Amino acid sequence: MPKFVLDGIEIEFTQGQTIMEAAKAKGITIPHFCWHPELSISGNCRVCLVEVEKMPKLVIACSTLASDGMVVFADSDKAVSARNAVMEFLLINHPLDCPICDEAGECKLQDYAYSHSTGESRFVEEKVHKPKRVPLGPRVMFDAERCISCSRCIRFCDEIAKDPELTFVKRGDRVTIETYPGRELDNPYSMNVVDICPVGALTSRDFRFKARVWELSSTKSVCYGCARGCNTEIWVRNNEVLRLTPRYNKDVNSYWMCDHGRINTFKFVNDPSRVDGPFMRHNDNLIRAGWDEALSKAVSVLKHYTKEEIGFIASPYATCEDNFLFAQFAKNVIGSKHIDFMRHYDHSFGDDFLKQDDISPNSKGVELVGAVPGKGGLNFDGIMAAIKSGRIKALYILEDDIVSANPEFGKILSKLDLLIVHATNFNKTTDLAEFVFPASTYTARNGIFVNFQGRAQRIRPAASTIEQDRSLDGMSLSRLDKFGTQYDSWATGNKRDARSSWKILQALMQLYGIKQKYSLAEDVFLDIAKNIKTFHGLNYEIIGDQGSLLNLVVPETAVKV
Amino acid sequence: MNLRRRKKDLTFWERIYIPEIIKGLALTLRTMFKPKFTVEYPEVKFIPPASYRGRPVLVMEENGKERCVACGLCARVCPPLAIEVQAAETQDEKERYPVKFEINMIRCIFCGFCEEVCPEEAIVMSKDYELSFSSREEALYGKDKLLTPIKQVQDRIDFLRHYK
Repeated sequence: MPKFVLDGIEIEFTQGQTIMEAAKAKGITIPHFCWHPELSISGNCRVCLVEVEKMPKLVIACSTLASDGMVVFADSDKAVSARNAVMEFLLINHPLDCPICDEAGECKLQDYAYSHSTGESRFVEEKVHKPKRVPLGPRVMFDAERCISCSRCIRFCDEIAKDPELTFVKRGDRVTIETYPGRELDNPYSMNVVDICPVGALTSRDFRFKARVWELSSTKSVCYGCARGCNTEIWVRNNEVLRLTPRYNKDVNSYWMCDHGRINTFKFVNDPSRVDGPFMRHNDNLIRAGWDEALSKAVSVLKHYTKEEIGFIASPYATCEDNFLFAQFAKNVIGSKHIDFMRHYDHSFGDDFLKQDDISPNSKGVELVGAVPGKGGLNFDGIMAAIKSGRIKALYILEDDIVSANPEFGKILSKLDLLIVHATNFNKTTDLAEFVFPASTYTARNGIFVNFQGRAQRIRPAASTIEQDRSLDGMSLSRLDKFGTQYDSWATGNKRDARSSWKILQALMQLYGIKQKYSLAEDVFLDIAKNIKTFHGLNYEIIGDQGSLLNLVVPETAVKV
Repeated sequence: MNLRRRKKDLTFWERIYIPEIIKGLALTLRTMFKPKFTVEYPEVKFIPPASYRGRPVLVMEENGKERCVACGLCARVCPPLAIEVQAAETQDEKERYPVKFEINMIRCIFCGFCEEVCPEEAIVMSKDYELSFSSREEALYGKDKLLTPIKQVQDRIDFLRHYK
C-alpha cells in the first residue's frame, strides 16, 4: 500500500484518497469547515491548508490527492500561521453573537477560534451587516451575518436531498445564501443543514432558544418515526426531551435523518396527555388506581373469559422485549392463538432515500419475536371480524392507538366486554378501555427495535420515569442532573409513574402463578436470543451502538446513502 | 512536660495591677472623645463601597427592559448552581431574553463569578446585604426581585469597567 507522511506519522492510503480522507481514516483530523465526508469537495474555507514538501505553495488537504512518498506538514510554522490567518479572515465579519447564538457550545468556529487562532483581531473597521432572523423555510432560520460561506448547506440540498433550493448570491464580503425566488427550504430533509452548518447561521426553529447545549444530556437511541430506524441522539434537560439529532451509522442513515423524525417523534413524551399511573374504568370514568389493585383486578376479570374469547394486539411501536413477553403471555399463559398486530403503512410517506412506507419502528421485530397468530389463530382482520360477530369478547392491546389509525375500529371495539390497553398517552383507544396501564415511552426504556433491513438496534433510556434513577440506572447525566437536589426546580422535572410494558406483563404473569426472573430488559432479550433462532448469540453489548444485522432468510441489501 | 514559661517575669509594678488598670481606663477615656466608627444598625444603614459584593441583581435599562440576553454563562459558571435561566425569543434587536431568571439565594455564595463572566454587563453584585427568608420558596428570587434600575448599580458597573 502506498504511504505518505503527515507530521512524522506514516499513513497508508488507497489511490484516489485525499490527504484529508486518509488522515481521517487513521484517526487524525485536519481542521476543516467546508469539507464533509458525504458531500462533494468544494475547498472554499481554506482552513485545511497544509504544507507539502517540494510544493511551492500551501495546498488544501481536502482536495489534494495523497501520493506515494508525500511529506505533509499540518503543524509546521508555515501551515500554522496560514491557518491563523484564515481564521482571522473568517472572523473579520463574524458578529460577536455567541451569547445569543444557539450553536454556542457545539460551534466549530468557536472551537477553532480557541485551538487555531491567535485570539486577537486587527480589524478595527465596522463589520458588514446582513439580515438576521431570515426564515429560510418552515423549519430552518438563517442568520446571514454568522455565515462563513462554506456552502455545505447548498451542497447538501443539491447532492443529498436532491432538491437544489439554496444558492449563493452577491460577491466578496456581501455574499449570502438565498433560496431561489418564490421557493423556500422545505424539503423533507431540510433540518440536516442545521447539523452540518459549522456555525450558527442555520438554526432549528423548533429548538430555537429552548436550551443551551451544555445543559443537555445526550443518549444514543433510534428514531421512532418509521421502519428505517435512523440512529439518533436524544437530548434531555430536566427530564424533558428537547431535540433529536442524527447519529452516524453508515449502513442505516449515514449522517442524516428526516425532518418528520426529528420534530414529530418526541413531542408526545412531554405532552400533558401522558398516562400517569394505572387507570381503571369506574362509572364511565377512568379513575387512577394503585398498581396492585389494577393488576389483580385485571387478572380476575380476564379469568372470566375462555381462551377463545380473548384476542391480543401486539404493537410495532413497542420493543422486541415487550412483544416477546406479550406473545408468551397470550400463547403460554392464556393459551390464546389470536394474536397479531396492526401494520401501519402510509404510502405517501416513503421515498427513495431514508423514509419508509412502514411508519412504525419495529414491525419486523414483532414478527420475529412471534407476536403473530398461532396455528389456527386469527390474524388482525380476523380478530376485528370476530369482535364484530361477538366471538371475541375481551381484547388486550399493547401500546397501539388503533382507533386513531382507523376510526372504524372505534365502533368495533365498543362492542367488547373488556378492553385492556397499555398506552403512553391517553388517546381514542384508551377512551374505550376498562384498564389502562401506563407504558413508558421509547425515550425511557431499554430495548431492541428491528428495522426494515432486519438490523437489531438498541434504544436506551434518556428521560426517566418515577421508578428510574438516572445515576443508578447508568443513564447519561448532565451537570444539572448530577448536582440537582429535590429542592431545585431545574432538577425535578415531571416524572411519570410508567413502566416498560414487559414489566407490567411480568407482574400480570406472576399473578397467574408464573415466576419469572427478569429484572432488566437485557434479561428478556437474552431469553429471546436463547429461544428465537434469528437472535441467536446476540446480546446488548454485541448489538452496541451501530446495531447488528440479523440472520434473516432473505437479507435485504443495505442502503447506499 | 513542657511548661510554657513567660519570657520575663512581671515587674513589681505590674504585679500589683493597679497602675495597669489605670492605664487601661485612660485608654477608654481617650477613645470616648474620638469619632465613632460603629453604626446603629438597623436604624442607621451601612452603605458599602462599589467594590462590595452584595446580592446579585439584573440590570434594568432605562426603557424598563433587562439587558440580559439569557446566554446562560452565569448559570454555567455559578459554582453552587444557584442560577437558572430560560431563554425565549423577543422581537427586540437583541433577539433573545430571559423569560425566567431565578437565583436561589440559599445556594448563592456571593462569589461574583456571574458578573465577571457576563458578556453584557447585565448581572452585577449590588450593595444589598439584607437577605432573610423563612422558607425555601421565598429564597427563590425571580425577575421581579432581581431587576434593578441601572442608576442604582451604576457605580458597580463603573467599578467593574475599571478593575475587571
